[in-house]
Amino acid sequence: MADIGIRGYGEAMTAAFEQAATALTAVIVDPAAVSPTQEIRIRCEAPDAELLFVDWLNALIYEMAVRNMLFSRFSVRITGAVLQATVMGEPIDRQRHRPTVEVKGATYTELRVARQNDGVWLAQCVIDV
Amino acid sequence: MDTNRFTRISDTAWRMEPSGSMQTPVIIYADRELIQAMDDKVCEQAINVTVLPGIAGPCYVMPDAHWGYGFPIGGVAAFDADKGGVVSAGGVGFDISCGVRTLHTGLARDDIEAVKQQLAESLYQAIPAGLGSRGHVHLHDVEMDAMLRDGARWAVERGYGTAEDLERTEEGGCMAGALPDEVSQQAKKRQRSETGTLGSGNHYLEVQEVIEVFDPETAAAFGVARGDLVVTIHCGSRGLGHQIGTEFLKRMVLAAPGYGITLPDRELACAPIESPLGRSYLGAMRAGINCAFANRQILTHLTRQVFADRLPQANLTLLYDVSHNTCKLEEHSIDGKRKQLYVHRKGATRALGPGHPELPAVFRDVGQPVLIGGSMGTSSYILAGNERSEELSLASACHGAGRSMSRRKAYKTWRGRQVIDQLAERGIIIRSPSSRGVAEEAPGAYKDVNAVVNAAHRAGLARKVARLAPLVCIKG
Repeated sequence: MADIGIRGYGEAMTAAFEQAATALTAVIVDPAAVSPTQEIRIRCEAPDAELLFVDWLNALIYEMAVRNMLFSRFSVRITGAVLQATVMGEPIDRQRHRPTVEVKGATYTELRVARQNDGVWLAQCVIDV
Repeated sequence: MDTNRFTRISDTAWRMEPSGSMQTPVIIYADRELIQAMDDKVCEQAINVTVLPGIAGPCYVMPDAHWGYGFPIGGVAAFDADKGGVVSAGGVGFDISCGVRTLHTGLARDDIEAVKQQLAESLYQAIPAGLGSRGHVHLHDVEMDAMLRDGARWAVERGYGTAEDLERTEEGGCMAGALPDEVSQQAKKRQRSETGTLGSGNHYLEVQEVIEVFDPETAAAFGVARGDLVVTIHCGSRGLGHQIGTEFLKRMVLAAPGYGITLPDRELACAPIESPLGRSYLGAMRAGINCAFANRQILTHLTRQVFADRLPQANLTLLYDVSHNTCKLEEHSIDGKRKQLYVHRKGATRALGPGHPELPAVFRDVGQPVLIGGSMGTSSYILAGNERSEELSLASACHGAGRSMSRRKAYKTWRGRQVIDQLAERGIIIRSPSSRGVAEEAPGAYKDVNAVVNAAHRAGLARKVARLAPLVCIKG
């Protein structure tokens, strides 16, 4: 039994990545409780969409850890192997946010990035907490 | 999991012979009920491990096994560098050297009854726990590298413990072969504020009472008697270990084709031990082990300060410190010959038997203390390594209860306040920054630790010495 899975859907792959990022925040805190007051930029690069997805989540996990922040708004652009994103959030307020758990990393378990038969993009993997 | 896929060797040992691309058998140590409750993915993941290059001997699965990332949690496998064997970042996991240490206190339950609430509050205030908590020790670059090179020894040299602590920590508290230069700046940056923090999830600090002794002779050698109070700390290498795992997983996935390795699961990312990437990972992973040693040592120091303040008659001395997410070079018998092998233990505790040369003299006659954490509110156990542990499981035993329910289901099943109140009725104080975190870690979300430990005992992996019950639990 792995710890927790996250999944994002969207009309485009970028939208699925954005929704999965919201799901990542939801593992920790209600995303609605996180004010988008500070902006940071993220860039990652990987040879395929699935590795890029894990890189994206791990970049968020890293930024949360070193900046002591939570994120709630995500804007992703993907060009070839490169993902660039603008991410908004705020510093963790332990009293107000009451964060549930710390995320250690995004894994390759149950990893899938694909366009489904209905045309909607899916991006998912298991998160180690 | 269907037991029909296995040949029953005994009540607690089940074997699957190699077939297809499997190079070696899978051996599961568990009773029928525990195996039947395991997810099929445990078997699938164990089979995948036997496909990896250079595996030496079976993939062993411990009684607390559950579906993990690449390796099952509770998976043990050795690899032979002379036969192209690999080291796997996925086989160690994100929380490198996550482990347990137990401290004697010299106190009995009556000594703390009157101040239990205050003790819980003081521990909660002193031990940085949960997401967003920051440690009191901030390391600049030179000190970070010194900590990664010397582990608990570094911590003791800076006043966070005693020389006796080191004697009672695996590897003497300092994992040889650590290469801080192989740890990225990002990993070090992630660690900067996390040294001396507990973390979250299933990590905890507990004040426990020894409520049952099964093996008086070994318990005496361990310095444990019924009625004793002990403190147990469960945590790992914090952000540094997580970042090392993250980075090397990707590097190994990308490099695998160049090494001619076909990964059955990308999470089993690995590289030949005798390759630049394999050596780089081993150096970084060993630095991660030292980070975990240092972290638990600093938490020990903080705990001692609280007890000195609240209960000055207490004397906190270390029983032992064991890790359960590691890859270590060890000598084992394979095909009748002694060989140096790289043993991966993912969610499994080393369990050296009596007489093993790596044991401190104080444990030489009885075997290594094997510390098994329960889930919040349930028993924990102290076991001891057996003479047969090495031939049965590369000297390995279970590491805890193991989850049986997802976090999401647990959160839907229980409310944190309800769990805290129910445990309070049983005299157990829970202090945690997160009510939802408590619900997700509810005792009912875990397997029965008693069943797991009994299976390990009956299988001969380790023998029961004492059972502990929690009185105070600080959850991250």
